[in-house]
Amino acid sequence: MSVRMPEVDGAVLARRDRIVAALRTIVPGEGVIATEREMKPYETDGLTAYHQPPMVVVLPETTEQVAQVLRYCHDEGIKVVPRGAGTSLSGGALPLADGVLLGMAKFNRIRDIDFDNRVVVAEPGVTNLAVSNAVAEAGFYYAPDPSSQIACTIGGNVAENSGGVHCLKYGMTTNNVLGCEIVLITGEVLRLGGKHLDAEGYDLLGLINGSEGLLGVVTEVTVRILKKPETARAVLIGFPSSEDAGACVSAIIGAGIIPGGMEMMDKPAIHAVEEFVHAGYPLDVEALLIVEVDGPPAEADDLIERIEIIASKCHAVSCEASTSEQQRLLFWAGRKAAFPAIGRISPDYYCMDGTIPRAKLPLVLARTREMSEKYGLRCANVFHAGDGNLHPMILYDSNKPEELDRAEQFGAEILKLCVEVGGVLTGEHGVGVEKRDLMAVMFSEIDLNAQQRVKCAFDAKGLLNPGKVFPVLHSCAELGRIHISGGKLPFPDIPRF
Amino acid sequence: MTDVVKPRDAKEVEDAVRWALGNDKALEVAGQGTKRSLGRPSQTDLTLDLSGLSGVTLYEPEELVLSAKAGTPLAEIEALLEKNNQQLAFEPMDYGPLLGGQAGQGTIGGAIAANLSGPRRIKAGAARDHFLGVTAVSGRAETFKSGGRVVKNVTGYDMCKLLAGSWGTLAAMTDITVKVLPKAETEATVIVEGLDDARACAAMAAAMGSSCDVSGAAHLPDHVASYFDGLPTPEAATALRVEGFAPSVKHRKQALAALMQPFGPVALLDEKNSRALWRSVRQVKPFAGDAARARPLWRISTAPSKGHAIAAAITPAAQMFYDWAGGLLWVAMPFADEPDAGSIRATVRSVGGHATLVRAPAALRASVEVFEPQEAALRALSKRVKEGFDPKGVLNPGRMWAGV
Repeated sequence: MSVRMPEVDGAVLARRDRIVAALRTIVPGEGVIATEREMKPYETDGLTAYHQPPMVVVLPETTEQVAQVLRYCHDEGIKVVPRGAGTSLSGGALPLADGVLLGMAKFNRIRDIDFDNRVVVAEPGVTNLAVSNAVAEAGFYYAPDPSSQIACTIGGNVAENSGGVHCLKYGMTTNNVLGCEIVLITGEVLRLGGKHLDAEGYDLLGLINGSEGLLGVVTEVTVRILKKPETARAVLIGFPSSEDAGACVSAIIGAGIIPGGMEMMDKPAIHAVEEFVHAGYPLDVEALLIVEVDGPPAEADDLIERIEIIASKCHAVSCEASTSEQQRLLFWAGRKAAFPAIGRISPDYYCMDGTIPRAKLPLVLARTREMSEKYGLRCANVFHAGDGNLHPMILYDSNKPEELDRAEQFGAEILKLCVEVGGVLTGEHGVGVEKRDLMAVMFSEIDLNAQQRVKCAFDAKGLLNPGKVFPVLHSCAELGRIHISGGKLPFPDIPRF
Repeated sequence: MTDVVKPRDAKEVEDAVRWALGNDKALEVAGQGTKRSLGRPSQTDLTLDLSGLSGVTLYEPEELVLSAKAGTPLAEIEALLEKNNQQLAFEPMDYGPLLGGQAGQGTIGGAIAANLSGPRRIKAGAARDHFLGVTAVSGRAETFKSGGRVVKNVTGYDMCKLLAGSWGTLAAMTDITVKVLPKAETEATVIVEGLDDARACAAMAAAMGSSCDVSGAAHLPDHVASYFDGLPTPEAATALRVEGFAPSVKHRKQALAALMQPFGPVALLDEKNSRALWRSVRQVKPFAGDAARARPLWRISTAPSKGHAIAAAITPAAQMFYDWAGGLLWVAMPFADEPDAGSIRATVRSVGGHATLVRAPAALRASVEVFEPQEAALRALSKRVKEGFDPKGVLNPGRMWAGV
């Protein structure tokens, strides 16, 4: 573990017994966990390379309890780390040794299913998939589908602004959330949005999405649900080079088609997946594209035809359209099993998450291959091709000395490359602790200070999830100072009227 | 008469804000000023005219991305996109005629700052949902950037969301990057005729709850129907739009017509009439004419199923129509000097949502809250956010709320 966390507050740790007792008066019974053994499951999240037992775990059941816990921690100067299902791939829920881990798992009820307004109101601990399941019988679903959707919670989705394979057409979490109840570190309860569209003032709801648990604790979420398309079909296209595959993606979009999903895999990923799932993927191609279209059958058939023509013009060597739902699911089974398939051929893997302008893909893949040789580690790539979101998986063995360090250096170099070609550090996994120290690659100090002043408006003491997202923490007093220079008009040449 | 300063580049914008900060001056941040009369009248010393920052700086159709300087005319961007069969999918409405100005004016910066959208809001989102990246000058005279040029990005806080709809009160934007999307190959509209408001809202809910992928759902009651273009008869019309590839539009139009049969007589609009109709819905045509312009105009966003309840609580002398499947109400009050804020605010508060007094004489806008008043904790938070960006109130002070 190479990331430095905020200095442990010895004075807080010294009061641990008193703090645990006070928390028990707020959340009685089994809602406060303080033994080392019972806290064990909470010491890491989906970024398993990092571990840290928390000072204490609290599992509140009501908004009022959340408010009281936060108010108490605010008054006592105790740090708080919120946690959903703990599936973060960036260490967003990594505990702090002197912090309260606030687990939201007990907020697991769906409060309202409203077909008239096409929304579901859910508690934050409800899983992403459970939202879709709750409305499936009526033919509805919730569009964002991160690959951890069976486990990850809707509250965590809001914190991370989660994506999935369908977000090119249907948007990320932020585009599908209409309202939230949040609790500030002061214990104040706010309602943002509701069943209506757009904010009445500043779009604080938009800000909460993707704020990684640093601004407030989400206690209720209102999401938009959609009627399922009548049908969906997928087409599997093999290419002799990633350049050809990339050109095909551009040509499809250039033809005005926004597919429901458009995924690319490179050769190492194709082979790992095919050996695992036997989805029928061609093994003699350099890049494989899965393009899914949805809508009425007339639309799906029409688009498949258009896509097949485009693919052949882009030098596709194989092209197979699904003719049954079973076959469509088989095409996807491979892609969806990409992570476990890689897990099968390597003791450990490290999944990265940069986004790049799509045209830069061949360059990024070529440079990644060079890095792979330099670091002596294999790398397989899966790619949300429509929106440029690249997931290189670096294969390593944590039992071999220094391999994790090398994997992390390799990963950091890929992300720096993403920024260099005009992309960003993270498309959907979040900054967390993982990419925190890379933020300066993308943002200037002024940029980061502007973001931290937003943090100050929500949490002036910096108690909510400190050590995540921002590489350097400034005090809000320091950030609040106004630097005024020059009382004279410094732009005499600017045209005035 | 307020002085105007017109920077030629982003650096001069920063200089202007620094000057204001150092001299305790307040700036009115404006593009072409088309929405100047929307908001509380604020006391400013100088207009910061950003229309000199103009020009598209990057457009890659196949990457679905466009960057432009904030003062670039929206019309210029839309014409460029049109050439490539693309569009701003959020279908920005034009406040110009509604506020007594010309049509077709306005800048991309203004569209973002007001978080504009149109009928397609229910399917494609508002400006906020397409705003990928920004460079802006805060009230601290610091130039910062956020977001990027890729559609999928969660690196740091989504400051773009905060700036969209902030009406220039947090920062003066200088460069903007938006997501652009293909234009639909064709469109059609299904009309259900003669429904009352309650029945119309039920019909729209049924349509939105179908797999027909409706991209516009409006109810145009009897008393305003004649103002809209493209309608077969000047009677109450509940309009449902489908867009996409031709075979798909054909199929969905028929499916939707069948679904709507039980509600009332159904008529179909072809592509030409459909486009005309939705253009007039987007431009709020009934209330943009000379005769209507003297009357206070409200824009109310609520849960689609509640729109009808709000309408029923407003004086019958008011004129109104529904967009967003019933979730957006445009309400023109009957008298020039009476916005009826008390009862409208109380009704909206009771059912959820928010109301904006988008048009009223300056005296009324000074005495009535223009934007929905917020409860205490939220108001205090909004104020702290404002102070983080603009501690001395240099940028559009008081435009949204007094003291913010």
